[in-house]
Amino acid sequence: MKAIESFETPRPSEVNYINAQYGLKSWLLTKDHKRIALLYLGSITFFFFIGGLYAMMIRLELLTPQGDLLQSTTYNKVFTQHGIIMIFFFLIPSIPATLGNFLIPMMIGAKDLAFPRINLLSWYIYLLGGIITIYALLAGGVDTGWTFYTPFSTTFSNSYVVAAGLGIFINGFSSILTGLNFIVTIHTMRAPGMTWFRMPLFIWSHYATSLIMILGTPVIAITVLLLAFERVSRVGIFDPGLGGDPVLFQHLFWFYSHPAVYIMVLPSMGVVSELVANFSRKNIFGYSFVAFSSLAIAVFGFLVWGHHLFVTPQSVYAGMIFSFLSFAVAIPSAIKVFNWTATLYRSSISYDTPMLYALGFIGLFTVGGMTGLFLASLAVDVHLSDTYFVVAHFHYIMVGGALMGYLGGLHYWWPKISGRMYPEGWGRFAALVIFVGFNLTFLPQFVAGYLGMPRRYHAYPPEFQVFNVLSTAGASILGFGMLIPAIYFVWSMRYGKHAEANPWHLPGLEWRTQSPPPTENFEVTPVVTWDAYEFAPREEIEVVGKFGPEAERI
Amino acid sequence: MEQQREAGTLGMWVFLVTEIMFFGGMFLAYTLYRSMFPAAFASASNHLDITLGAVNTGVLILSSFTMAMAVYFTQIGKRRPQILCLVLTLILGLTFLGIKAVEYHDKYTDRLIPGHLIPSAPFGPAVNEHGKPPDHHKLTLLTGATLPQVEMFYWIYFAMTGMHALHMIIGAGLLTFLLIYSIKGRFDPEYHSPVEVIGLYWHFVDIVWIFLFPLLYLLGRHLEHG
Repeated sequence: MKAIESFETPRPSEVNYINAQYGLKSWLLTKDHKRIALLYLGSITFFFFIGGLYAMMIRLELLTPQGDLLQSTTYNKVFTQHGIIMIFFFLIPSIPATLGNFLIPMMIGAKDLAFPRINLLSWYIYLLGGIITIYALLAGGVDTGWTFYTPFSTTFSNSYVVAAGLGIFINGFSSILTGLNFIVTIHTMRAPGMTWFRMPLFIWSHYATSLIMILGTPVIAITVLLLAFERVSRVGIFDPGLGGDPVLFQHLFWFYSHPAVYIMVLPSMGVVSELVANFSRKNIFGYSFVAFSSLAIAVFGFLVWGHHLFVTPQSVYAGMIFSFLSFAVAIPSAIKVFNWTATLYRSSISYDTPMLYALGFIGLFTVGGMTGLFLASLAVDVHLSDTYFVVAHFHYIMVGGALMGYLGGLHYWWPKISGRMYPEGWGRFAALVIFVGFNLTFLPQFVAGYLGMPRRYHAYPPEFQVFNVLSTAGASILGFGMLIPAIYFVWSMRYGKHAEANPWHLPGLEWRTQSPPPTENFEVTPVVTWDAYEFAPREEIEVVGKFGPEAERI
Repeated sequence: MEQQREAGTLGMWVFLVTEIMFFGGMFLAYTLYRSMFPAAFASASNHLDITLGAVNTGVLILSSFTMAMAVYFTQIGKRRPQILCLVLTLILGLTFLGIKAVEYHDKYTDRLIPGHLIPSAPFGPAVNEHGKPPDHHKLTLLTGATLPQVEMFYWIYFAMTGMHALHMIIGAGLLTFLLIYSIKGRFDPEYHSPVEVIGLYWHFVDIVWIFLFPLLYLLGRHLEHG
């Protein structure tokens, strides 16, 4: 601990990336990855609140068995739009485009990403896709489900499928460009001494995420493009009425959309690896296992899409193979969970807000992952397919996993991003509220789904009401919990305590420059001579009086 | 500078990987329906103009050669042959697009445009039953082929070649940009990564065509007289 505190603290300087330039133009035309990260942060928060409003409408409608608040057609649009906004415009860009954008250059000791202009372009593409999608919502909405299954989407749906598809198509390119930028940056921009195995695990998980982005996203792009053409021209390859095969659509759709789940959760795992190691002040247990399990998840993730097609005329043998491979994904995921818990063992844990989110993630992700195994079993899935069990399962991964990691990371790096501390007491309180609210929302849905309540209906038999009342109560708590950080983050930007360069006393490169960082990140290019998470062993300090491998000053 | 060049080249390679995946979706659709409707695909393929297709293949291979030479001359710093090669590449690229336009026009006049894209001329080619004397403008249906399946082939044909042509148009735009910068003398043996990177893109677009040509044009030739 002594050694870490003795790291040279960079002199606080008046000039940083936030006040280096003023004016709207300096933000809208910026090439600074940190400012672009903030642009993304603002826009995804906006989409998150739209998606959240839709979620509240769904939960309110389901409070009573009969459809009284929304008509069935309106309800179809509401859950579709909840899915589209949350998945394509919040979860997929969430961690990579904000925290990843901000931190990847800082963590590897670079001045910026490899292609700063392309980085800015990706934000504009995201915005354009978002505007087109919002147009689709305002003009009349989409009612196909976020999955756009044919032939409903091509032939029967009387809603704005083409506009929404176009929005998703365009938005996909922002994801591709971000992934491309990350891969090239990680390959070519590392500081001297920053070898692959000295990189923080956050970088490894983003590398794996970027691989999925560049390999998967083009496939969904061409798929929705063909779908839109098919809908406009009434000719095509998906509609059985035209001789096409609707299952082909499902294959192409899930070839991207299953790996997309890993686009959401892998960055979150990267954040949790950082949090677990840093808040237990211990080198991560099995660094290379955690690093390679990210890549393994990325690779396996591409081989399991068929488990979404267990109840289609997919061949039984294909189903068996997909089932087996889906089980295989659990292995690298479990490696991560075991390594995190092994890191916690006999370490000195501090329960700051980010760590609470990280611990929440481990538990919730485990529940989400284990229930995933139920669904990956061919026979069980036939019973559970399209029930609330599935809804609960993927919310445990996407909200309990991805969102918890995102919030944890946001709190953890907030001092670096904004130069201010968030209020710790409120932070812990909100983390607790969110955890309780989340579980109360989605645990009852497992039971309702297991008992046979189908998803995507606005009305349901009265015997399911008790689960839905619990769930709606939980969603209200969850929604309230989400508002607390939104308020205190904004508050802290003006009134928060000024953050020091290294408020958590950690060895990572991003903490070795002032908070907020200057535009060029580091005044001198850092030379890295230490491993990630290299904390001073306590005995060594006590006995020898200094930290063994001399931590080089920068 | 070295780092920038490395980054540019790697960036283009990564981008080309995404392009492969992008075309991959259509290749998958092609594979699926070709295996489902082999006779219809052969009949429809026989109606494509193999001469124009073959000429276009030659044109593109030649343009790949001139592009490679342009990169070479930039690397050794010979500006005149560099500009000449870029001009040649651009001309060959535009020739390809011209020939493609002629082919599309032929398909249009033969009413081989699927569906209601053009409402006045719905898909309904004059069908020539197998065994009748061949008429170039009439589609000969092999046994087992139906018109909706032929329509499927033409939809895939237009989607794939159209997407390829779009990439060619973008490539021609990039070549124009290279040409302007070369005439201004911006590239030298020290700095020429745009030429290399756009060269990579150009070769990729050519290779896509090398796959498209046999898959679309040559697939049913042996069945024509059988």
